[in-house]
Amino acid sequence: MARKLSIRQAINEAIDQEMSRDPRVIMMGEDIVGGHGSEGEIDCWGGALGVTKGLYGKYGDRLLDTPLSESAYVGAAIGAAVCGMRPIAELQFIDFMGVCFDQIYNQAAKFRYMFGGKAQTPVVIRAMIGAGFRAAAQHSQMLTPIFTHIPGLKVVCPSNPYDAKGLLIQAIRDNDPVIFGEHKVLYGIEGEVPEASYAIPFGEANIVRDGDDCTIVTYGMMVHRALEAAALLEKEGIDAEVIDLRTLSPLDMDTILESVERTGRLVCVDEASPRCNIATDISAQVVQAAFAALQAPIMMVTPPHVPVPFSPVLEDIYLPDSTKIAAAVRRTLEGKRH
Amino acid sequence: MTSHPLALDPAAILQAYRTMRTIREFEERLHVEFAAGDMPGFVHLYAGEEASAVGIISHLTDADRIASTHRGHGHCIAKGVDVMAMMKEIYGRKGGSCQGKGGSMHIADIDKGMLGANGILGAGAPLACGAALAAKYQGKGAVAINFVGDGASNQGTFLESLNLAAVWNLPIVFVVENNGYAEATSRNYGVAVDSFVDRAAGFGLPGIAVDGTDFFAVHEAAGEVIRRAREGGGPSLMECRMVRFYGHFEGDAQGYRGPGELEDIRANRDCLKHFVAAVTTTGVLGAAALAAVDAEVAALIDRAVIEAKAAPHPVAADLLTDVYVSY
Ligand SMILES: Cc1ncc(C[n+]2csc(CCOP(=O)(O)OP(=O)(O)O)c2C)c(N)n1
Ligand SMILES: [Mg+2]
Repeated sequence: MARKLSIRQAINEAIDQEMSRDPRVIMMGEDIVGGHGSEGEIDCWGGALGVTKGLYGKYGDRLLDTPLSESAYVGAAIGAAVCGMRPIAELQFIDFMGVCFDQIYNQAAKFRYMFGGKAQTPVVIRAMIGAGFRAAAQHSQMLTPIFTHIPGLKVVCPSNPYDAKGLLIQAIRDNDPVIFGEHKVLYGIEGEVPEASYAIPFGEANIVRDGDDCTIVTYGMMVHRALEAAALLEKEGIDAEVIDLRTLSPLDMDTILESVERTGRLVCVDEASPRCNIATDISAQVVQAAFAALQAPIMMVTPPHVPVPFSPVLEDIYLPDSTKIAAAVRRTLEGKRH
Repeated sequence: MTSHPLALDPAAILQAYRTMRTIREFEERLHVEFAAGDMPGFVHLYAGEEASAVGIISHLTDADRIASTHRGHGHCIAKGVDVMAMMKEIYGRKGGSCQGKGGSMHIADIDKGMLGANGILGAGAPLACGAALAAKYQGKGAVAINFVGDGASNQGTFLESLNLAAVWNLPIVFVVENNGYAEATSRNYGVAVDSFVDRAAGFGLPGIAVDGTDFFAVHEAAGEVIRRAREGGGPSLMECRMVRFYGHFEGDAQGYRGPGELEDIRANRDCLKHFVAAVTTTGVLGAAALAAVDAEVAALIDRAVIEAKAAPHPVAADLLTDVYVSY
């Protein structure tokens, strides 16, 4: 049987393999090592959730613990990228982009265009995304649409260990700035991961479940909830197709359109806030490109337009779940004769 | 530092003890309850640091504002936020300080002048500048205090605020709570200067460093910088050198600590032990008076936990309220 890794381990392995392959790869972030300057154990943390643990022993000063200064170190990663390095900056929680956003969207994202194609910025900014961790309003956001909105950035959100490894390797090798979103609730999930190095190209969605009745498009943790919904629907004789986008920018519209042409129905599931998010973007593009194929209004399943609540009871209601997704699929099929 | 317990009114000293003891008991109880497993989210404990919150905030009234950190329980309690409501908040229940929507990292009580714990490092400093600016316009002599960790003091927001406060001559005190660590990284690794006071000087602010485990030293130094701010003399920075008794957050294995470090700080750098020794050896307070406070506080925290666990959860309709004032 093939080897199984968690997403946490898969990300660690991707960084490890790229650091050993390419001396230009360096990494920086808060406590990505831990223990510097005190009398205890070095590498005692390996990042807030232990993702980089063990790498310091192999690569030493190519992993830099930083002062709590995101503008400075994320910006420095971007500057080093323009100057020939391939830095990975870890931002702990994506919510902290508020502190360093200028460096990301006015600097990294725009260099190539503003400089007439003369610069490239091969930086990866890894950060935890998403709700479900009881981490409250400032540590739980799904800010993906803010990044997809910005020309020049690539945005990646793996849902499983195989994709996490292959997409991160691609992100590190990619010559553009990449925002790499790691769902904090998914770190522990396990799946088969080849030991050899491999890169998954950006802009290729993955059909994780075939079906002919309705297309469900989503990414990240919601892929798992969509699959649960599909399992519920199967018992009712409804066959849903589930597409895992894997990368949100670039976005694989071809796979989505091909599927919708076949099913005639679309449910977009997005963990991001409902206004101007990935679901609204895809819905608009599908209406433009495949209006004639649609046999029912497109449904969107998202949280309500509120910050993420702390109360576990409210957070569970806040997040889309399999029941809500299944209900949306049924709505698209109302009136359909089998 | 010439501070001496006899210089203070015994009633004020007893009140300071009660507040410090309440914070300690609150945090130690959270440590136990968190380990028991039914407390959601991230919890950062203030135990060991009580002398800073209480020594400073005991100079304030509800009209004065504070902006706190992720390690905010102590600041909240010292500022008079209801302990019963705080405990409910930490359990995510209705009747909590934020109706269960905020949690440990976001406890706030605007009426008490508590502008919030904060999940974003450095975010409190500009907000406290705003509070100080409002106080200046409102002309009633109120001040603002910004608490910031040694690590978070490296944020641009904090450093920009030092300059803003200086050029606007704001009635604000920046308090760097230097507990030696930012998460798992020593202050010595993350900060290049020897003293945060040196940084203040670079921005044109007077600064003072105190032993943050000595309530009386903190209280005296804070009295001076707060008085100056109230009288229009402008901002200052205060560094409190102190220790944290628990991990960065509950669940932190603390591998970065040296051998014997925790035992040592508990034995030798416990601000409550220092406080008790100071007031009993000088005869300001007797052991019986302190024991009575201990019992009272223990009963209060017991009740807070029992009530919090029994409090109702928010209901679905609560999810959608209070996003806007009107929409
Ligand atoms: C902008 C931002 N960056 C990083 C974090 C994650 N974080 C939370 S607390 C902390 C360490 C804070 O250290 P310090 O300021 O010294 O306060 P202490 O925890 O010691 O009280 C870090 C890195 C955060 N909450 N916000
Ligand atoms: Mg600290």
